[in-house]
Amino acid sequence: MDAMAELGAGSLLLGDPAFNYQEAELNERLKRLYPAVNEDETPLPRSWSPKDKYSYIGLSQNNLRVHYKGHGKNHKDAASVRATHPIPAACGIYYFEVKIVSKGLDFLSSLLPLSPIPGWDKHSYGYHGDDGHSFCSSGTGQPYGPTFTTGDVIGCCVNLINNTCFYTKNGISLGVAFTDLPPNLYPTVGLQTPGEIVDANFGQQPFVFDIEDYMSEWRAKIHGMIARFPIGERLGEWQAVLQNMVSTYLVHHGYCATATAFARATETLIQEDQTSIKNRQRIQKLVLAGRVGEAIEATQQLYPGLLEHNPNLLFMLKCRQFVEMVNGTDSEVRCFSVRSPKSQDSYPGSPSLSPRHGATNPNLHSAGADSPTCSNGVTPPNKNKSHNKYPGVSSASSSSSSSPSSVNYSESNSTDSTKSQPHSGTSNQEETSDSEMEIEAEHYTNGVAENPSARIMNGTYKHQEILQAQDISLEDSCASRQLCGGNQAATERMIQFGRELQGLNEQLCREYGKNVTHKKMLQDAFSLLAYSDPWNCPVGQQLDPMQRENICSALNSAILESQNLPKQPPLMLALGQATECVQLMARVRSGSCSFARVDNFLH
Amino acid sequence: AYCLLTSHIEVTATSRHYVDRLFDPDPQKVLQGVIDMKNAVIGNNKQKANLIVLGAVPRLLYLLQQGSSSSELRAECAVVLGSLAMGTENNIKSLVDCHIIPALLQGRCMLTVCVTPCQDPTVIPHLMSLLSRSQRTQEYITQIFSHCCKTPEHQTVLFNHGAIQNIAPLLISPSYKVRMQALKCFSVLAYENTQVSMTLVNVLVDEELLSQVFVRMMQRDQPIDMQLTAAKCLTYMCRAGAIRTDDSCIVLKTLPCLVRMCSKERLLEERVEGAETLAYLMEPDVELQRIASVTDHLVAMLADYFKYPSSVSAITDIKRLDHDLKHAHELRQAAFKLYASLGSNDEDIRKKITETENMMDRIVSGLSESSVKVRLAAVRCLHSLSRSVQQLRTSFHDHAVWKPLMKLLQNAPDEVLVMASSTLCNLLLEFSPSKEPILESGVIELLCSLTQSDSPALRVNGIWALMNMAFQADQKVKGEIVRALGTEQLFRLLSDPDSNVLMKTLGLLRNLLSTRPHIDQVMSSHGKQIMQAVTLILEGEHSIEVKEQTLCILANIADGNTAKELIMTNDDILQKIKYYMAHSNVKLQLAATFCISNLIWNEEDGSQERQDKLRELGFVDILHKLTQASDPNLCDRAKTAMQQYLA
Repeated sequence: MDAMAELGAGSLLLGDPAFNYQEAELNERLKRLYPAVNEDETPLPRSWSPKDKYSYIGLSQNNLRVHYKGHGKNHKDAASVRATHPIPAACGIYYFEVKIVSKGLDFLSSLLPLSPIPGWDKHSYGYHGDDGHSFCSSGTGQPYGPTFTTGDVIGCCVNLINNTCFYTKNGISLGVAFTDLPPNLYPTVGLQTPGEIVDANFGQQPFVFDIEDYMSEWRAKIHGMIARFPIGERLGEWQAVLQNMVSTYLVHHGYCATATAFARATETLIQEDQTSIKNRQRIQKLVLAGRVGEAIEATQQLYPGLLEHNPNLLFMLKCRQFVEMVNGTDSEVRCFSVRSPKSQDSYPGSPSLSPRHGATNPNLHSAGADSPTCSNGVTPPNKNKSHNKYPGVSSASSSSSSSPSSVNYSESNSTDSTKSQPHSGTSNQEETSDSEMEIEAEHYTNGVAENPSARIMNGTYKHQEILQAQDISLEDSCASRQLCGGNQAATERMIQFGRELQGLNEQLCREYGKNVTHKKMLQDAFSLLAYSDPWNCPVGQQLDPMQRENICSALNSAILESQNLPKQPPLMLALGQATECVQLMARVRSGSCSFARVDNFLH
Repeated sequence: AYCLLTSHIEVTATSRHYVDRLFDPDPQKVLQGVIDMKNAVIGNNKQKANLIVLGAVPRLLYLLQQGSSSSELRAECAVVLGSLAMGTENNIKSLVDCHIIPALLQGRCMLTVCVTPCQDPTVIPHLMSLLSRSQRTQEYITQIFSHCCKTPEHQTVLFNHGAIQNIAPLLISPSYKVRMQALKCFSVLAYENTQVSMTLVNVLVDEELLSQVFVRMMQRDQPIDMQLTAAKCLTYMCRAGAIRTDDSCIVLKTLPCLVRMCSKERLLEERVEGAETLAYLMEPDVELQRIASVTDHLVAMLADYFKYPSSVSAITDIKRLDHDLKHAHELRQAAFKLYASLGSNDEDIRKKITETENMMDRIVSGLSESSVKVRLAAVRCLHSLSRSVQQLRTSFHDHAVWKPLMKLLQNAPDEVLVMASSTLCNLLLEFSPSKEPILESGVIELLCSLTQSDSPALRVNGIWALMNMAFQADQKVKGEIVRALGTEQLFRLLSDPDSNVLMKTLGLLRNLLSTRPHIDQVMSSHGKQIMQAVTLILEGEHSIEVKEQTLCILANIADGNTAKELIMTNDDILQKIKYYMAHSNVKLQLAATFCISNLIWNEEDGSQERQDKLRELGFVDILHKLTQASDPNLCDRAKTAMQQYLA
């Protein structure tokens, strides 16, 4: 028996495909059951702990099977083992099952003790098989449920929302056993008779009891609670707040026409003046069109001193400019091409290119890219990696969610929004030809802004369509897929610009010290030149027009900040706060956070 | 026919005539008017539109709802309305605008229309065909069906008109109201209907089995009404034998769902329905009873049903008090029903129930409530618990449940009487400490009167109780029973068409004829009639059990001192005993042999003569043969008898 225990405790049998398969299934099930749990902070129990057990307890089968190897003469010989981790509060509702493989003579229990070493005397909660009694922090049991024996599956459900617990027998709920449970409970089993064997199921297999159905009831309850949350007397104010949220959001992203229409309809005022909005819009549009050089120029002209005070931003912009040169889109290389007018004033003062790219972006990168690509520096809450890079609320909100404005938007721009599919990649080429195409481009921007209403559902899908379209157009015009548009002079200009950029980096290093991010950025950008086909190389993603959105939004925020306007729209702020609150709830062990997730409310 | 040629104005004029006739003071003329209208509108959309414009619909509805209208007139009105509804989309809209649906439902006239045989058989097909029109019609028509379907015949009519195939797709309608009404319709159709239930289990909705659709509707995040109704559907299908009681959709879904409906969080109406449905679901199945008894503390949960109106509600909220009062009876009867169902088989569950707070007190007071429904449910519950020997000995006696039970028996509707008398049978078992006080309360007259009831169930219970009472009773009680019942009634019961009654009457006789002095006494006063009755039964076409019981009575008679002679002098009976000793059924052989054994028993006076006589009649040969019998009991019995000769 010792050998068995050692085997179970020691090896993980990583080579075993069946085990790997089971592991994958376990991970998937746990993720589905407890989506709110952040396992980096609070890991879920997955097996019994070889460390936290009595010596009479033997473990085997990946630490899931428990057997008793003591004398079993009296109560003093009782022994228990607990799971590797306590139950995280963010589970909301936690459930595990134990199958009685072989019942000993008289005693078995399934307990939940507090963090200290297992034992059923203090702070432990159990249901005993021999008499069906429940035990709560004491030696005397209360009549609770039926007895159980070999072949029975006993489940234990901890409700961390109301701090109660109930057990199940063979899939049937036996009713509440304990109330007012303390936090940080461990799944535990206790055994006392030689020959007793029990198998745990922490999610390795489907549960006999339909726990997901039970969870759905609580989800509905909590959603109902949120939906019915009284706003009472402040109803009028409430509406004003909502209108302000929508309005500021539109203004922030420069949906000028929509914002004006919205303001007219709701009889509200727009804080920022029209010219300022249009200026920002123009700059954003330039960045999104890949004409970063012009954008820098325009910024310097309209907001003198801004970039001087933000050397990091300037460096990022310049890096991007370099990438766009490789791409052949920046005006510094474009000017070598006959067809390209420097068409700054051909941009009408209508809604600008939308940061909606950013909205679709997370979907695109969900395959594993961890770059913070969202347009306004915010990330959906489930993309934790990028979130962590940004301190505070500004980072926590979900850009993928910012759709409350879309309804109003589509109303006021319904004609514009009809042509919604073309992509910036194609429009870049088209718009160079003449002003008519500019208008086309304008339609396009609205159209993309329109998209978000359906985005969460089929964002990824649509996006693939778009990319495909882009690929085709790129292949059609072969010239545009050559370095700097295939122009020799342009390439030289690019090389020169690269040197200037290198110089800027060195200068910044001298002034502000080494900056790893800058170095990496620069390396990535220069790496493009190492490949014959930069678009199809390991660092080729930089050339994706999507990558413009991040820098675009950073620039927009910087401009707004310089004008003493909020660099984040209040809507995003609120969303970020809500997301942060829910995460905070998990940390203070409020189980309902599990069913109050922000993304549940974003459709 | 002239319609084809007339102008629009003329059509309106004739139409007006039809409408005017509806206002005639003579009901006969009104009826004729409606019939003419019916004939005029069939297949004529223009005419329908005209009549609607002229205001025929409100008048027809009025006539339909009038209590004074003859059923014939009402039916005709409904047919015309149905016909009008068969017209264009606009016509239907007008009808719905006139609030036709509530009126129809309120008047419950569709019921008459649907099933009155003389009626237009096209009404139901009409309604069925309307199902495809819109969500509104789907909702209303399924609602009509569920409101109207009240009897097995109604179920069959709807079934034969393809109700299942037509309504099943509505279960996945995008409209909640349509889904809900369709579901309700199925619950009404499936109730105690094997044909419908058997069909339902095989129905596929969007490639999914109907039972699975119902299971999804029972999910905990679904509206309560939907969960409850889906659970009802599955319950009815299960009770009709279409779904096994150990099917996981019953054990793991339906049963837990119904238990949840009993919880304190639910509305009082839902708790009543939940408990009643659950009681019905598990009534015949002990395993379901066991599962339910441990699910979510159900037994304790039900105790809360008795706490309405609560003392809090009385003071704080008059509206709440009113609400509670309204439901209090319903809650109590539902709880009693569920307890009755829970405890009908398992001793442990019965114990658990009686140990619930104040349970016996609640039953006792329930027995004397004004509401018949509560009384019936309470006595059912008591009956269920009275199957427990332990409870009879303890809680039943401690709480003197026999007192309210006796009171209940004095004056109650038959269904209550059946339950109460059946419970009394158990209370009169010899080990029941309540037996004595019941005897002293003069129950015999009452039981004797039950044996004269038209209801076989009451006759059985009456005679059964008397039988239990006579078991090992003293001479005084036996005498009283015989006197109160009267020999005439006793022999009438021996020829009762109900075999249960016959069995229990024989049982009573057997109990009366036990211990020697009693046997002789009864036989000396009623010997002739008893022997006659025994002969008749042994000659008649009766079951083995009846004959066995009768032979046992003979064996008892043979045990008497003087009573023996009644057999010994009756050659006919002796021949019959001989016949049964050679019968193919061991039980009968055994009983007959027992009888002979008593007759030849050595230690009694005159045994020698009896032995001689029986030897002459060839009994020894038979006994000798029986000593070789394969059945060990029979073999032993025969050997013991043979020894009487050898001694």
